This record gives sequence, C-alpha cells and structure tokens, in this order.
Amino acid sequence: MWLWFHKLSSPPYAYRTAGLMRPWLFWPAILLMVIGAVGGLVLAPEDYQQKDAFRIIYVHVPSASLSLMIYTIMAVAAGVGIIWRIKLAHAVAAACAPIGAWFTVATLVTGSIYGKPMWGTWWEWDPRLTSELILLFLYLGYMALRASFDDTQRADRASAILAIVGVVNVPIVKYSVVWWNSLHQGPSISKLAAPSIEGSMLWPLLIMMLAFILYFGAVLCDRLRGEILRRERNASWLSESLASS
Amino acid sequence: MQSSIPTTPGLGKILMLVLARDLRLAVRHWDQVLQPLIFFVIVTTLFPLAISPALDELRKISPGVVWVAAMLSSLLALESLFRPDVEDGTMEQWVLSGQPLSLLLLAKTLTHWLLTGLPLVLMAPIVGTALGMPQSVWPVLVATLALGTGSLSVLGAIGAALTVSVRRGSVLLALLVLPLEMPVLIFGARAVDLAMHGEPVAGPLNLLAALLLFFVSLGPFAMAAAMRISVES
Repeated sequence: MWLWFHKLSSPPYAYRTAGLMRPWLFWPAILLMVIGAVGGLVLAPEDYQQKDAFRIIYVHVPSASLSLMIYTIMAVAAGVGIIWRIKLAHAVAAACAPIGAWFTVATLVTGSIYGKPMWGTWWEWDPRLTSELILLFLYLGYMALRASFDDTQRADRASAILAIVGVVNVPIVKYSVVWWNSLHQGPSISKLAAPSIEGSMLWPLLIMMLAFILYFGAVLCDRLRGEILRRERNASWLSESLASS
Repeated sequence: MQSSIPTTPGLGKILMLVLARDLRLAVRHWDQVLQPLIFFVIVTTLFPLAISPALDELRKISPGVVWVAAMLSSLLALESLFRPDVEDGTMEQWVLSGQPLSLLLLAKTLTHWLLTGLPLVLMAPIVGTALGMPQSVWPVLVATLALGTGSLSVLGAIGAALTVSVRRGSVLLALLVLPLEMPVLIFGARAVDLAMHGEPVAGPLNLLAALLLFFVSLGPFAMAAAMRISVES
C-alpha cells in the first residue's frame, strides 16, 4: 500500500497515470451528463410549484457540492504536502484551486438565474448564496497568494497553510452565515433515507452528481499534468518521455 | 576554571521581554500607532457624508459601520506587525532561538491588539454616539469589539505572517484575511444590532468569545508555520 503511494507520488509515474486515467473519467462523465440531462430536463415531471424553473438544480446542486468538496480535497492535499513533504500533493492542490473556483462561479451564476423567477431578484443575500460567495473569495485568496511567490516551493507551503486555515474556517463561515434568516429552501436530498424529492426527479440529480465528480476527475488529471509539466520542465525524464512519444 | 554556561531565560520572562520591547518601540513611533485610529474615525465620517446626515437613518446602520471601520483599521495596522522584524533580521533570530515561535508571535499579536484593538474598543462608543447609537448600547458595543478585535488580530497575524515576504503584500493581505474575518463581523455587528432593539445578546456574545478562544488556541501554530516559511529563503 505504501509502496503504491510512494510510486504514485513520483512525478513521472503520476504524469503517466493521470494521462491514462483521463479518458476513463472524461467519456463516462460526458455519457452520464447526457443521461442526466435527458432525465432531468425531459423525463422528470414539472414541479407543481416551481414549474420548469426547478430544473436548474441539475446543474446547481452538483456544482455547489463540488465547490465545497474540491476545497476539502485541496486542503487535504495541501496538508499531505506540508506534512510529508510530497511535492506532488502540492501540485494536486494547485490544480484543484481553479477548478473549484469555477464550480463556485457556476453555483453562483445558476443560483442567481434560479433566483430571478423564484424570488424576483438576481441576487438575494441569502445564507447559502453568501457563504458560496465567501467560498469564492477564499479560492481567489488562495490563488492570489500562490501567484505572488516566484519560488514554487514557497508558494506551495505558504498556500498550503492558507488552505488549512481556510478549511477550518469554512464550517464557521457556513454556520455564521446560516444564522441569518433564510429564504433558501432546506436541502432536499441530504436525507437520502426519506428524501423529500420524488424518485423521478431524484435519479437524474444523482447521475448528474456522479457525472460532475467524474468530470472533475478528468479536468484534475489534465491540470495535474500541466502542473507537473511546469514544475518538472528541467527534469531529464520529461525530455526523454517527450522525445520518445 | 568554571565555564559560565549561558542560561536561557524562562518562557514567561521572554514573553514579557517581547511585550515590553514592542510597547517601547510603539511609544517611540507613537504616530504610527495613531494612524489606524485616525483612519477609523475618517472611515466612519464617510458614511454620514455618503448616506444621509439624518441620525435616524444612521442609527440603523451604525453597528455595521462601526464594525466595518474597526475591521478595516485593524487590517491597516497589520502591515507593520511583522515586517520591520523580518527586514532587520530579528525574526530570523527568533526562529533560530529555540524558543516556541508560536508563543513569541502570540505575544507580538497581543501587543498589536493592545496598540490597535484596545484603542478602537475605547473609541467606539464615541464614534457610535456620533452615528446616533443610544448610550444603552455602549456596554454591548464595547464587549463585542473587545472580543472581536482579538479574533481579528489573530487572524490578521496569520495573514501577515504569510504575506510578510511578498512585495506589496498589503492588498493581498486584505484579500486573504477579510473573508476569514467575516464570521466575527457577522456576530459582532449582529449583537450590537440586537442590543439596539432591546433583545438578548448573550448568544452572539458567547459565539464571539468562543471564536476568540478558538483562534487564540490554534492560530499561533498557523502563525509560526507561516513565519518559518516566510523567513527561510
């Protein structure tokens, strides 16, 4: 197990593995996205109250959960990187940040598109939108700190500390913001045992969730490869493998 | 011949030395200590000019205004928290000294709070009154700021330690620290707002105290880790 871990943490091996895994993540993601989209946009019945407008949840909810999930992955990778001094873990964290930031933007945009017909405003200072916005600020701060160091190793370690401080803070931000009165409806699928959403509406959502996770994996593979290329640009294994391919 | 073994002073002594040194430095540069306070007053002056001179309207937003102004001026003072020590090499000696860096930095943060946080706490009632805040709210305002500015100082010190080696780090510092400070702002401003409406404020005050304890107990480790990265070149 540890041998495998050490093997994976070597840049050449990770570079190749990410390249091999990418199509296996990307194409299933696209396939599931098509299935989920058909299921969610065509097959699922109209909501009796929200009509067709509710259908945006098939993009909104997966983006929202991924935006938080990616921040956690980023912080864990950063923690691994700083504790065991694994450079590849820092590369993973660096690769995660822009993806997570874009999912956060997607959540905010779909949320406000949903808000227009539902609440009558593009933006509502509602706890979940606000905490999502703060999450975006955390991502932007992380990327800004990373960009302000010329030396990659210092950028890695400094931003790792910020990511860890941030992930400790995320629940505090979350709950402090929830403290306001909420317009937002309660979560409808977190209680999977007895979901308050009907089955025909639920399965496309779960499929979309899976599709988004796979898609994230595919994009992460791409970005990780880019990150490794940038970091190892002077390494001999890289010029050899590029020459042989 | 008996060799004299250099004895290292105890931790308490060292912390007192750090505190005394920083306070003495502050007294000698008292104008720098004053600047964030003047900034605090100026920012609060902007709101009546921008919104309305009517006290009725200002009263509604006064808790938020005082809190945002306090947050910004505490941020402004952070820039000089570690920078002089890092630039003249003092910090490097601290890192090498074998003393717990986290506690040394916590002592520096405490001094920083005494010089920027505490004056804000004391000035807030005056500024609040100028914005139409009733006198009955004073104790709550002072209590929230006393608890809240401590948290702001610790969070800010983490950010300052991270950005101290970055050129032109002050905007970056604001970018990093302000999102982390938002919960403190929410609870602080909310408690004052509740007090103005005559409602119980124990909830947010307890939460502010909890945040302060949380940040003071864990923050120094993050500060020390960040400072080690910033100092090693």
